[in-house]
Amino acid sequence: MSSVQIRDVRKSFGGFEVLHGVSIPIEDGAFVVLVGPSGCGKSTLLRMLAGLENITSGTISIGDRVVNNVQPKERDIAMVFQNYALYPHMTVADNMGFSLKLRGASADEISKGVARAAEILALTPLLDRYPRQLSGGQRQRVAMGRAIVRDPQVFLFDEPLSNLDAKLRVAMRTEIKELHQRLKTTTVYVTHDQIEAMTMADKIVVMHDGIVEQIGTPLELYDRPDNQFVAGFIGSPAMNFLKGRVKVNGSAGFEGPNGVKLPLASAPANSDGRPAVYGVRPEHFTIADDGAEAEIVVVEPTGSETQVFAKLGGEQVVAVFRERHQFNPGDKVRLKPDPALVHLFDETTGKRLNA
Amino acid sequence: MADIAMQPRMAKAQIREATTWDQLRTNRNWLGFWFMLPAMAFLIFFLAYPLGLGIWISFTDAKIGRPGEFIGVENYEWLWGDSIFWLSVFNTLLYTSVASAIKFAIGLYLALLLNENMPFKAMLRALVLIPFIVPTVLSALAFWWIFDSQFSIISWSLKHLGLITQNINFLGDVTWARICVIFANIWRGVPFVAITLLAGLQTVQPSLYEAATLDGASKWEMFRYITYPLLTPIIAVVMTFSVLFTFTDFQLIWAMTRGGPVNATHLMATLSYQRAIIAGQLGEGAAISSAMIPFLLAAIMVSWFGLQRRKWQQGENND
Repeated sequence: MSSVQIRDVRKSFGGFEVLHGVSIPIEDGAFVVLVGPSGCGKSTLLRMLAGLENITSGTISIGDRVVNNVQPKERDIAMVFQNYALYPHMTVADNMGFSLKLRGASADEISKGVARAAEILALTPLLDRYPRQLSGGQRQRVAMGRAIVRDPQVFLFDEPLSNLDAKLRVAMRTEIKELHQRLKTTTVYVTHDQIEAMTMADKIVVMHDGIVEQIGTPLELYDRPDNQFVAGFIGSPAMNFLKGRVKVNGSAGFEGPNGVKLPLASAPANSDGRPAVYGVRPEHFTIADDGAEAEIVVVEPTGSETQVFAKLGGEQVVAVFRERHQFNPGDKVRLKPDPALVHLFDETTGKRLNA
Repeated sequence: MADIAMQPRMAKAQIREATTWDQLRTNRNWLGFWFMLPAMAFLIFFLAYPLGLGIWISFTDAKIGRPGEFIGVENYEWLWGDSIFWLSVFNTLLYTSVASAIKFAIGLYLALLLNENMPFKAMLRALVLIPFIVPTVLSALAFWWIFDSQFSIISWSLKHLGLITQNINFLGDVTWARICVIFANIWRGVPFVAITLLAGLQTVQPSLYEAATLDGASKWEMFRYITYPLLTPIIAVVMTFSVLFTFTDFQLIWAMTRGGPVNATHLMATLSYQRAIIAGQLGEGAAISSAMIPFLLAAIMVSWFGLQRRKWQQGENND
């Protein structure tokens, strides 16, 4: 186990820079998830950590050692690939023992190491099978087994659940988290799925267009996003954004699209009339007599909650209710955001304005 | 209302027992048989019939202009005691084994090289194919000229470098002639091997190499444990074809040496042609050709076993 330090790392392909100075501290034993939309550079960063891509500038250290010029095999890391990358011509046992074999371990050591990892992952009955004879979830577990056998300082996961069906993904999510709690090995996990990030991470790194947007615990990111990108990326259904102006006459308020009046707990200093973006999560709407009038467009019950799409000041917003209201399309309701939980962002930079 | 009531009754009246003809008409296998017929006729007419005819002629004393009569295995008995025939068998085996082995080695090397990222990759891949697209006779003529006893560019160059004083008699010396025809065959055959193996290499997932890199494999270990095992099915196919083509080679030899000097480069195919067409002994020539069949079958059997799907290629849970 080791900490990992990523300091001002840049990456260019040809003349095209894809990572613009990324710094991420990762504590020993942490489960860190890099999350962001496709093309944000998260996989590239992971591959640089693994040593599969060169580092253009900046440093990456594992433990106390800067690994910029250290061979991948010397970095003492193990990686789980999106497509598993199992060797098709080797049995499960051979796949898992391959790294030990290359290291020159004795047959006895190899079979012990493989048996131990197989037991952790319940793969013992499958050891003689070939990858083709396994289901997707089993292949995924073999890929993890291959990583565990090496007993590395750091585990790297590159979107490991993307090829699984939805139900299996949820099960494997728990399994990986459990595994981490058991082995306590520092883990860096890349995904584009914010639910995966929220459920698994000790610490989430939200990346976008080659920069780090925000680093924090799942709930920090959820409750207090630093900017509009993080606010929109984390959470499902996504946060509603309404453009308008801050109004301060006596008490703070917000004038939304088409003059809709929205509540605000407090306005930033000297912000009267300032154009801004008003952000409210779907579950922070309530039905109240002093709410803004909205017209219901679509109602989607999921059982545990109901998603309601409505027009508020001409803009479509989504609200989520755990209570079972009787709504029909075309109904007029009064939606009121909880002022204490409202987010305010700068219209141009997207930076958070309210405390 | 009346219409609706009528229609089911009329429809019902048309339902009858399906006749044999009805069954045949809707039988997909029967239909499939008819679709298969043209291809089958084509194969019988152009492949099976000539092969059968060749084997039949080998049991007759046919000559050009004379149908010949059945003489049993007399032609084969005659060949059994013919030292030139045995020399051609030896030549063919030597030619095939040496040329195929070297073609495989160079082809694999080129394929691995072309699979790397390098500048002008597409152009280099196209260049490798050139020997393959030049007509055989044309390249044979070129080699004939290159290995000419008087005007050989190799002799000329070596003489000007002061390494030799006399022209090398490339196609007139037994050993040199064999080396030359084998060289020409390799030159022609390498592109086929290289391009086919390259296609095989490209089906190997790049992430396997990345995983192997992290597992600590060196370049050689990656080849030994990943590339080579994954390539074996393709190697089996390409080497079978290569061996078959080489074993039955005719054009190169005939254009370069006509089997000479003193039959040192006569292959079974060229000897068969010489005896059957040039000398007119159709029966004997056919017997030489037919004698190639067991060798070719053996080569095919080897690859058939090599080609059998390995356990790791199977999808079912049949452990």
